[in-house]
Amino acid sequence: MALEKITMPQLGESVTEGTISNWLVQEGDHVNKYDPIAEVMTDKVNAEVPSSYTGVIKNFVAGEGETIDVGELMCYIEVEGSAIVGRETISKENHVSNEVATPEVEKDQSMKTRYSPAVLRLAQENDIDLQQLTGSGRGGRVTRKDIEKILSSNVDSETTKTISQPSKKTVVNHEEMNEKNYYNPPAPEPQVIETASGDKEIPITGIRRTIAKNMVRSTTTIPHAWMMIEVDVTNLVKYRDSEKTRFKENEGYNLSYFAFFLNAVAKALKKFPQLNSSWAGDKIIHRKEINLSIAVARDDELFVPVIKNVDEKSIKGIAKEIDTLAKKARKGNLTPHDMEGGTFTVNNTGSFGSVQSMGVINYPQAAILQVESIVKRPVIINDMFAARDMVNLCLSLDHRVLDGVICGQFMSHIKDILENISSDTTPIY
Amino acid sequence: MPVMSYIQAITQALHEEMERDEKVFVLGEDVGVRGGVFRATEGLYEKFGETRVLDTPLAESAIAGVGIGSAMYGMRPVAEMQFADFIMPAVNQIISEAAKIRYRSNNDWSCPITIRAPYGGGVHGALYHSQSIESVFANQPGLKIVMPSTPYDVKGLLKASIRDEDPVLFLEHKRAYRLIKGEVPEEDYTVPIGKADVKREGTDITVITYGLCVHFALQAAEKLEAEGIDAHILDLRTVYPLDKEAIIEAASKTGKVLLITEDNLEGSIIGEVSAIISENCLFDLDAPIKRLAGPDVPSMPYAPPLEKEFMINPDKVEHAMRELAEF
Repeated sequence: MALEKITMPQLGESVTEGTISNWLVQEGDHVNKYDPIAEVMTDKVNAEVPSSYTGVIKNFVAGEGETIDVGELMCYIEVEGSAIVGRETISKENHVSNEVATPEVEKDQSMKTRYSPAVLRLAQENDIDLQQLTGSGRGGRVTRKDIEKILSSNVDSETTKTISQPSKKTVVNHEEMNEKNYYNPPAPEPQVIETASGDKEIPITGIRRTIAKNMVRSTTTIPHAWMMIEVDVTNLVKYRDSEKTRFKENEGYNLSYFAFFLNAVAKALKKFPQLNSSWAGDKIIHRKEINLSIAVARDDELFVPVIKNVDEKSIKGIAKEIDTLAKKARKGNLTPHDMEGGTFTVNNTGSFGSVQSMGVINYPQAAILQVESIVKRPVIINDMFAARDMVNLCLSLDHRVLDGVICGQFMSHIKDILENISSDTTPIY
Repeated sequence: MPVMSYIQAITQALHEEMERDEKVFVLGEDVGVRGGVFRATEGLYEKFGETRVLDTPLAESAIAGVGIGSAMYGMRPVAEMQFADFIMPAVNQIISEAAKIRYRSNNDWSCPITIRAPYGGGVHGALYHSQSIESVFANQPGLKIVMPSTPYDVKGLLKASIRDEDPVLFLEHKRAYRLIKGEVPEEDYTVPIGKADVKREGTDITVITYGLCVHFALQAAEKLEAEGIDAHILDLRTVYPLDKEAIIEAASKTGKVLLITEDNLEGSIIGEVSAIISENCLFDLDAPIKRLAGPDVPSMPYAPPLEKEFMINPDKVEHAMRELAEF
């Protein structure tokens, strides 16, 4: 018998931490290898953590609701050792493993996030991140003395002193600025939003928090520019109408317009790789693969699963993946793998009736294309009115990476592809 | 500076006050010829005579009543209750008359009486000779309750009580009488009533207590110092009215507070101390306020093992202090 550790697994490429939403087992439970032991919420997905061993769950190190880094200890599991070992060796091993393991097991951390009023006050007044501290109190509790120790050591060293008082420095800067008549608006302080009676408070979920974080990061770091073109998709509508019934019968899922749009975007990206790129600070990276992120909403959550290598796929292949991913998203079954590697985003805003919208770029991509509703409109062709199926395509672009000219060319190319769509140019299979 | 016992400090204070002011006189059961059952009034009868050292009948109500009446007429009586447990027949006199007379007479009358009474257990006294009675009197504005812990404080506070213009209940721990010794200046001095005193400076935990328990805490603190636990000890000295400022300061200093009394836990003085701390020190508190007190049973038991179980002792204090320090 040996005590093994179960640690927080890496649940996605950029996932660094996970929050244990709930334990699915209890201390003392016997679990088989690969049995789910906990539900973990990361900023990308909710997933179940499987047990890496067969054995008895000994004790939880991380509690429910606790956020821990990838690779950090979640719990201990007692694993039955190999069967045929002499009695002496067993007891000996037992003894040794006990000796080694006990200090860690006994390091009870149950009070680690229980903060006293004094500790909270000192942490707030001095801008200390309590999560970073190791407490000396019972159960790993951070004591008032722990904080006072940090504070007194900060005062001792001059460098940390300046770091710990950034607000003062900013004030000085403001004054200097004022002398030159510059006005630097101060960073807005978060305003306390009051709840009136009858209002309902809804706690922020992990997914919601991630959406908020990504949106703020995107809109504050990427200088967005917008453009829109109008495309006549009468041919596309006719083509799809003639095929959709048969397709549904044969394949069992819908032949959606969105598949055609993704196909056109992939072709255009192949020609204009500038849009299939990322701003990387000191360089711009053009992506080789064309992996399209598509936005899928479920209740009040938004996911952006990825269809990989769209340029290599037929209309049928794309339609199938759209169908699979949408179903997965609605059931909450998307895996981290489904969300990874997007290089450009296409958003099907038309599906809920929008005719014009300004997308927020899916960081760190360089652009996002919104496909709006297809609507019948009178259009003048050869000085005559004609009823045509029209659609607006709206592009948000990272103006650090892209300029209007190149994006205009990209959009015209898409327009060209879509307006000339037929069974010859775009076979379904 | 001469070293003397707790009870010697009492005797000396009485001698000096009776010499200083001829209005000061003592009365009580066996305080005269016998010199008191604990010998607190030893030598007074010989020195000041029967007119100033009065042996009274076994009637506590009368001892208090005579004292109160003479005090209202300008005398400075020091009335002795042989044991604090016997004070109950005098409660009406003390609470309804002594404590209220200044208010009732619109400041025309006052009652500068001092009532001394030995309290506390640990002497195999059982029911009638061991009780702590301070909480019975501790919500009577107009009355002061002084409970010193050291010979120095005893002498200074007893003098201050005798000179005070209002009634003072002066409670002496009977086990401290000959157990506790300390340096006491020979000259005349007083210790202000209503002021608590820091008996030990420390940074890890704060112990607030009074009477004999102060010494238990000091002993425990010395042991814990070797373990790196540095205790701050506040001696209340006056338990009514409480020295709020000192309590708040001491509690805020470490944020971990242990309150100790020998009295039954519920309704005791330290409950009020705890309330003061929780009202004023929330954002300095680093641990729940902890109380160590006698159990809520009717009286100190006579059987030695049970008496030991009931009483606060240095081991119990040490354990509670360590628990709090480790929190």
